[in-house]
Amino acid sequence: MIEEIGTTEAGELVINMGPQHPSTHGVLHLIITISGETIKKVEPHLGYIHRSIEKMCESLSYRQFIYVTSRMDYLSSHINNHGCALCVEKGMQIEVPPRAQVIRVLMDELTRLASHQLWWGAMAMDVGALTPFFHAFREREAINDIMEETCGARLTMNYMVPGGVMADLHPRFAERVKEFMRFFRSKMDEYDELVTNNVIFKSRMQGVGYLSRENAISYGCTGPTGRASGVSCDMRKIAPYEVYGRLAFNEILQTEGDCYARYLVRMAEMRQSLSIIDQLIDNIPEGDFQAKTKAVLKLPKGEFYSRVETARGEFGVYIISEGGTTPYRIKFRSPGFSNLSALDHMARGHKIGDLVAIMGTLDLVIPDIDR
Amino acid sequence: MSPEALRERLSNLTFEQGTEWPTATVTALDWRALAEEVRHTDGLEFDYLFCVTGVDWKTHFTVVYHLTSTAHRHILVVKVSADRSEPVVPTVSDIWRTAEFHEREVYDLFGIVFRGHPDLRRLFMTDDWNGWPLRKDYEDPVNMIKL
Repeated sequence: MIEEIGTTEAGELVINMGPQHPSTHGVLHLIITISGETIKKVEPHLGYIHRSIEKMCESLSYRQFIYVTSRMDYLSSHINNHGCALCVEKGMQIEVPPRAQVIRVLMDELTRLASHQLWWGAMAMDVGALTPFFHAFREREAINDIMEETCGARLTMNYMVPGGVMADLHPRFAERVKEFMRFFRSKMDEYDELVTNNVIFKSRMQGVGYLSRENAISYGCTGPTGRASGVSCDMRKIAPYEVYGRLAFNEILQTEGDCYARYLVRMAEMRQSLSIIDQLIDNIPEGDFQAKTKAVLKLPKGEFYSRVETARGEFGVYIISEGGTTPYRIKFRSPGFSNLSALDHMARGHKIGDLVAIMGTLDLVIPDIDR
Repeated sequence: MSPEALRERLSNLTFEQGTEWPTATVTALDWRALAEEVRHTDGLEFDYLFCVTGVDWKTHFTVVYHLTSTAHRHILVVKVSADRSEPVVPTVSDIWRTAEFHEREVYDLFGIVFRGHPDLRRLFMTDDWNGWPLRKDYEDPVNMIKL
């Protein structure tokens, strides 16, 4: 790889960005061809944190493999676990009790909030504003505390199991969530004051990293990245799972397709998540938190696919079963992988500083891409 | 389009029984023509390829393509079979741009060659890696369990 670095015949310069670079948020390695400061080509080199999770899962049972998926998109670990649990339940035809369904959706939305908070702070830091990072982490801390109380962990929760959730909610859960919601609602307005309407921030974001609707679909961009280009791709709306079909919330769409549109989509999604939590927090049904399942799960021969909406986009779990206690093949469709593939297309013609802004609004989590 | 209507519309394909979505197997020779057809025909318009999976069946490989349409919301699963000794499948990266990365991943982990791919190189593994990790007969030279 070292040989590639240097000046090309056309007088363009080929340089490394990463794998250790503050704005790549992990070990992403980009090889950038520049002419002056204008980007001609961006080529991602992946695999620095590739653990071959798909291969590992082939020797793990249907209860065990879920825990590994927390380590993919660690900011959406609940939702990854959720997707896997749904896929196993589809194969086993397990009916999830209503209480577990509501708990799962609540946890998903809290995770989405925490993930977007971290994105907001980190993205603002990438483009040069350090203060939002501390604001975001202060608020995120409150969610982590709530998670810790109920799930026993703050990042890789492993709370969703086939048939429901691992343990019942902590008695103080609802009260603490409500307290957090009151606190966070006032902070959302502060976020807007601090960053959203900031003139310097807007000029860094508007018109940068344009992605058309056609290209967003063709590149398979989902989540806020796709929706900022006007692609309706919210799995919670298209193929509702658990109780999402019965909830009132909007799919946020923008048509500009630039960095600022992606920013606005995520900000609006946070408010939608707050509204979903509002609808559910006082209506958690009584009953079991887990369906009765056998200790050793055996999926019938066949193929099962589940699609869920993580904070980054569509996450897919594809299990091919030969009837045993371990999967024959598991494929994880990670949203970050497809979103990253559009980076070269979006960055061409922009400056290096803009590349950082584009990566910031793509919200990349590298273990999710490398798996 | 409902799954039944989709099966009828594409009646020249043989569909599997008992699957969640219409699932058809085609040979590598027929795949390009089918891909063009389902992408561009009015009423089908499968414009979004959301998953590409390689599977090693020990006797042969299959590459599974999950397709959907953002306009009609129907889903089609196409399995393309490839020879075990010399696996070659035509690329669809010019039809769906997302396939460029996904096909590189399948090549990297299974060694399935996608004919016509603009940039078919290792993606996760290093360039000098030997073997194809997700094949069933792959033996890791540093196997932590067997050490």
